[in-house]
Amino acid sequence: MEINKDLIAASSTPIVLAILAEGDSYGYAILKRVKELSGGRMEWTDGMLYPVLHRLERLGHVEARWEAAETGRRRKYYRITPGGKAQLADDRRQWQAVDATLHGLWGALSLSLPASAAPLT
Amino acid sequence: MQTPPNAVSLEEQIDQWRNYLRRRQAIHTVDVAELEDHLREQVAGLVAAGLATDEAFLIAVKRMGALDALSREFAREHSERLWKQLVAVPSVSGEPRARGRTDAIAAFGFAVAAAVAVKVPLLFGIQMEQNESFYLHNLSLFVLPFLTGYFVWKRRLDAKTFLPLAAAFVVAGVFANVYPFTKEGNTEVLAVAHMPIALWLAVGIAYAGGRWGQVDGRMDFIRFSGELAIYFALMAAGGGVVSGLTVLTFQAVGINALHFVQQWLLPCGAAGAVLVGSWLVEAKQSVIENMAPVLTRLFTPLFAAVLVVFLGAVLWTGNAIDIKRDVLIAFDLVLALVVGLLLYSISARDRQSPPGVFDVVQVTLVISALLVDAIALWAIAARITEFGFTPNRVAALGENVILLVNLAWSAVLYVRFLRGRGSFTSLEKWQTDYLPVYAAWAAIVVIFFPPLFRYL
Repeated sequence: MEINKDLIAASSTPIVLAILAEGDSYGYAILKRVKELSGGRMEWTDGMLYPVLHRLERLGHVEARWEAAETGRRRKYYRITPGGKAQLADDRRQWQAVDATLHGLWGALSLSLPASAAPLT
Repeated sequence: MQTPPNAVSLEEQIDQWRNYLRRRQAIHTVDVAELEDHLREQVAGLVAAGLATDEAFLIAVKRMGALDALSREFAREHSERLWKQLVAVPSVSGEPRARGRTDAIAAFGFAVAAAVAVKVPLLFGIQMEQNESFYLHNLSLFVLPFLTGYFVWKRRLDAKTFLPLAAAFVVAGVFANVYPFTKEGNTEVLAVAHMPIALWLAVGIAYAGGRWGQVDGRMDFIRFSGELAIYFALMAAGGGVVSGLTVLTFQAVGINALHFVQQWLLPCGAAGAVLVGSWLVEAKQSVIENMAPVLTRLFTPLFAAVLVVFLGAVLWTGNAIDIKRDVLIAFDLVLALVVGLLLYSISARDRQSPPGVFDVVQVTLVISALLVDAIALWAIAARITEFGFTPNRVAALGENVILLVNLAWSAVLYVRFLRGRGSFTSLEKWQTDYLPVYAAWAAIVVIFFPPLFRYL
C-alpha cells in the first residue's frame, strides 16, 4: 500500500517529534523506527527526512549536536525541545480530531455500504 | 560469481557520491556529512542482512532518493543558500581569510585616502564652488593614483613598473594645471573628458601587474573595468538615496544639510566608492557571476535590431542624415557602445566553443554599425570644410576613425572565425592590443589639442 505524498508530508512532523520524544536520536535510527512502527507501510525516501529535521531545528522544535558515534564517525543527534513538545501536544490534538472524525465516518459508511468493497461511483 | 573488471571499492563509490552531492548548492558540507553517515549505516545494515557491498551501496543510494528531488527539498528548506552572499565571502582555510582581511583593510585605507585627497585643496583655500574647473581638471588625480597605488600594493609591483606609472600621474598633474584655458572653452572640456581615459591605462598596467604584455592580463583588466562600472553605478544609486534622505531628515529639524552633502558627502563618497568598488570586484570575482557579459547578452540583439531597422529606414525613405553641427558625436557613441558590447561578449566567451547563433548576431551588430557610420561619415565628409575644424569636431573625427578601424578589423576577424578560417583568439588579441590606442588618442587630446587650438 502506498501512502499519498501529501499525507506523508503532513504526518512527518508529528511522527518525527514523537520519535524524538522517546529519546534523542539520529536520522537513520528515526527512519528505522518509522519503518518498524508502520510495519513497512510508510515508505519515506531516506534523504527527505533531513530537510524535515532541519526545518524543525530552524523552528526551534528540536536541537542538534554532533557527537562521535560508536563507529567512530561523527553523527548528528537531534533532541526535542520544550517548544517541540508543545508542538507535538498540539499536533496530537489535531490528529486526534481528524482521526475521530474519520472514525465516525467509517462507522457510518460501514452501516450503509458493504464493508469489504466500497464502490464509490 | 565473477567480479566485474571495473569494480570499485565502497570507499571510492562513496567518494564519488559525496562529490556529486557537494556540487549541489543547496546542500552544504555538514549536510553531506550527515547524509553520508546515513548512507554508511544503511549499507552496513544491508550487508549485515546478507547483501554484497556493491548491491548494498546501490540500494542505499536509491533509498536516499533522486539527487535532483533531494536537492530541491533542501533548497526549499534552505532557500537562502541559493543566493550567494555578497558580504561574507566563504573561505575554507584560515590563511586566505587573513589575507582577505588585510586586503579589505588596505582597500578601505586607500579609499579613505582618496576621500581625504578630494578635500586637501581646501587646506590651500581652493573651494569647490569658486574653483569648479580646478576640481574638474584634477578629477582623475583625486582617485586614480590611489587606485593604482592599491594595485601596486596588491600585486607587489617593483619599482621598474611602478615608477613610470607615478611619472605618468605627475605629467598628468602638470598638463591638467599649466594650460591657460579659455574658461569653459572647447579644449578645456575636451581635456577634462579625456584625462581619465588616458590615465585609466596606468590603472590597467598596475592592475595587470606584469601581465599587461599578455592577452589574458589585458582581458582581465577589461573584465575588471566592466564590473567596476556596474558596482560603481549601484553604489552611486545607493549614495543618491542616502544623500536625499540626509537632506530631508535634517531639513525636518531645521538644519540645511545640502551644503554638507554637495561639498563633502558626494565628492568624498564618490572617490572612496571607486576604491571600494575595485576591492569588491577583486574579492568577488570568483564568487559571483560577472554582470557585464549578462547585460551584453541582453542588449546585443536589441541594439543589432535597432541598427538594422535604422539602416532599413534610411534606405527606404532615402532621407539623408541631417548633419547638425555635432552629429558626429552621436555616431561616435553608437560605435563606442558597439565596441563595448563586442568587448564584453568576447570577454565572457569560451574560446573553444564553435561559432553559434549569438556570434552571427554579434557580426550583424558590428557590420550594421559600420554601415551606419559609413553613411554618417559620407554625409559629414561632404560638408566638413564648410563647418571648419573646431577642436570638438577634430576630436570626434579622430575617435570615429579609431573606433571604425577597430570595428572594421574586428568584423574581418569575426567573419573569418565564423567561416572556420580563423581562431577566436585572434579577435581577442586584436581587441586587447587596441587598448593603448584609446589611451594614446586621449593623451593627444589632453596634451596637444589645447596649444594647437589656442586654448579655445
